[in-house]
Amino acid sequence: MSIEWYIVLSSLLFATGAMGILLRRSPIVILLCLELMLNAGNLALVAFSRMVGNEEGQVFALVVMVVAACEVVVGLGLIVAIFRRKLPLDVDELTELRG
Amino acid sequence: MSSTGWAWLVLLLPLLGSVSVALSFRAVPARVAGAVGTAAVGAAFLCAVAALLSLLGDDADSRHHASTLWTYAQAGGLEIDLGIYVDQLSVFMMLVVTGVSTLIHLYSFGYMKSDEGYHRFFSYLNFFVFSMLLLVLAGNFVLLIVGWAFVGFASYALISFWYRRTTATGAGMKAFVINVVGDIGLVLAAFLIVRELGSFDYETVFAKAPEVFSQGGWTVTAICLLLLVGAFAKSAQIPFHTWLPDAMEGPTPVSSLIHAATMVTAGVYLIARTNVLFYLAPTAADIAAFVGLATLLIAGTIAIAQTDLKRAIAYSTMSQIGYMIMGVSIGAYSAGLFHLMTHAFFKALLFMTAGSIISAMANRQDIDRMSGFWKAMRFTSIMFVIGGLALAAFPLTSGFFSKDSILSFAEARGGMYAWMAVGGYVGAFLTAIYTFRLIFRVLPGRPCEEAQHLIESGELYHGPPINPATEEEEDTDVGFPGAHHHIAEQSWPMAAAMAVLAFGALFAGLIQVPGVDNVLFGFLDPAFHDSPLAEIHPSVGAEWRGLAIGAVISVLGIALAWFLWVARPELPALFRERLRPVYLLCLNKWYFDEAIELLIVRPALAIGRFANDVFERRVVDGIVDGTKGAVGGAGGIVRVVQSGFVRTYALLLIAGFAGLALYFLVVAS
Repeated sequence: MSIEWYIVLSSLLFATGAMGILLRRSPIVILLCLELMLNAGNLALVAFSRMVGNEEGQVFALVVMVVAACEVVVGLGLIVAIFRRKLPLDVDELTELRG
Repeated sequence: MSSTGWAWLVLLLPLLGSVSVALSFRAVPARVAGAVGTAAVGAAFLCAVAALLSLLGDDADSRHHASTLWTYAQAGGLEIDLGIYVDQLSVFMMLVVTGVSTLIHLYSFGYMKSDEGYHRFFSYLNFFVFSMLLLVLAGNFVLLIVGWAFVGFASYALISFWYRRTTATGAGMKAFVINVVGDIGLVLAAFLIVRELGSFDYETVFAKAPEVFSQGGWTVTAICLLLLVGAFAKSAQIPFHTWLPDAMEGPTPVSSLIHAATMVTAGVYLIARTNVLFYLAPTAADIAAFVGLATLLIAGTIAIAQTDLKRAIAYSTMSQIGYMIMGVSIGAYSAGLFHLMTHAFFKALLFMTAGSIISAMANRQDIDRMSGFWKAMRFTSIMFVIGGLALAAFPLTSGFFSKDSILSFAEARGGMYAWMAVGGYVGAFLTAIYTFRLIFRVLPGRPCEEAQHLIESGELYHGPPINPATEEEEDTDVGFPGAHHHIAEQSWPMAAAMAVLAFGALFAGLIQVPGVDNVLFGFLDPAFHDSPLAEIHPSVGAEWRGLAIGAVISVLGIALAWFLWVARPELPALFRERLRPVYLLCLNKWYFDEAIELLIVRPALAIGRFANDVFERRVVDGIVDGTKGAVGGAGGIVRVVQSGFVRTYALLLIAGFAGLALYFLVVAS
């Protein structure tokens, strides 16, 4: 299979994630969309790595996965904290860090 | 052990004393601290004697040794060693400093007995001795400056010793500031020396100076004038003298140690040490000689009018240092140092007697209130008379020989220097008058209230704690001389120290009697063999003629003082009336303080005020406020974007990246 298919899929996944972040208001869904974007990046990395023929891209993809896992931990922790304080689970309502 | 080994020990002992006394002030009773401090300096004196003996064991021409512990600093091809230089001059200074200091420590042991800050006092005192020894032993200009600055600090600390007294802290600051002016002169001189000669080391500098500098060249004259600024500030010569009388606010042993015997002679030492440079710069040497002459005359006239016992003696110190500065500047190196030694004896003694009398007067220093102490304090009075006789150069006392050895050298050098000798004799006449004015007003007559109290009850008079300078009530904590005083009659350490000094004041001159013996000059002269001026020697006949003139002048001065203040005591008041402008000039110290206030302090304050009102408020504050405003304004604009809506941020981010990607696409295609 040629490289283009992978790139197209990756772009679609990335665009879906980005749209999700821009359009949805629930923090959980935003987190899911972020994961989607990261994995789109991973897909592109792995695909290019195969095309070039070395393993550096794959290693990098593994690193991204680790970072993504950490990010999920922090993000979910935040969401649990928001929930426990009985704050609305809606990013548009949480505007206290306004400048 | 070699002479340098002993010299290192001399340096080390007072430092150890200072540190150990300072650190043990909680653990050790006051008397032990005093004993340790005194013993440290006493041991240093013994080591100095050992260094002298070791030096005498060498051949007369090779009595100079340099010794280095380690390299102190290294930069730009310049190496500065932690090194000392031991020769006849530094050994002589070492002996005078440690010898007199030991006695003054002993005196302080009794005098400061009931002071709250006993540990602090002895720690400072030892530190001072260490600094002074560093100054005289230093083997290069950097270490000299270090010692020079340490001495200035020690002097500040000791003058301000009673730190609750505002007059004392003010006097300390004044002394420190004027000393720092001198330090700047010295530092600049050292800078010029290293620029021209490439070294700080005494041996190198003095060896290369005659090759590099031409006789009377500009650079060497500038170096010497800058050295003189340092010397004048430390030695209280006009116009840097105003700190010395004020420094009398410190405890009397401090006046005795710093302001009579050791510190103020640092300038004399400096000129003697750098005699090679001064020979190359005759203009600077002549200026120094004239300033010395002017100081000795002006200070003499001021001393006649002062009514404060210690201040009068302080002006006398200035005057005597004037002799020394004049001596070492015209080439009478050994004679100047001889006077330095005898002066250390009799002036330290005079201050000690003054301290004893002031204690009996419950801290009053005004001689108008004093009389009749001959009946009340016999021992102190005898010491006072001995010190006074030596100061007035009474025949066969130490001051008689040392003062005249300077003046007969000036006469032998001839030309205008002979006129300086005439000025010196006028100064000697003034010296005899003011010294015996003090003696005749304090000792004879009907005992004053305080003296009467001492005679009747055998106890000291206790007045209310009042600062005699301002009549303010004293802080009775540690800020004043203390409620309990000590006089020589009741305290053996004080009496012992005074007795030894009195012996020196009477007989120290006998080591250098023209035509009879030549102990001191024989020892010191080889140290100055580089200077052709040291070749000039007045003939024995001329010296004895000078001595005879000195004797006549001294006796005449004493007789005049007797006539004015004992036989016809109404005359001085008459003179005060008739010669009112002259009297006011002398009483107000020739208005030097006022002139300095007007010429230096006021303009400096005006510049400071200008800097504060215009430069600081407008320029500096303008820059600061402008920066603040710019940052704040820019922040205000950017703040609009920070809406707090996460999705807006995400949109901006994505739009930004999309824009960047587009840009690169356009550029690439």
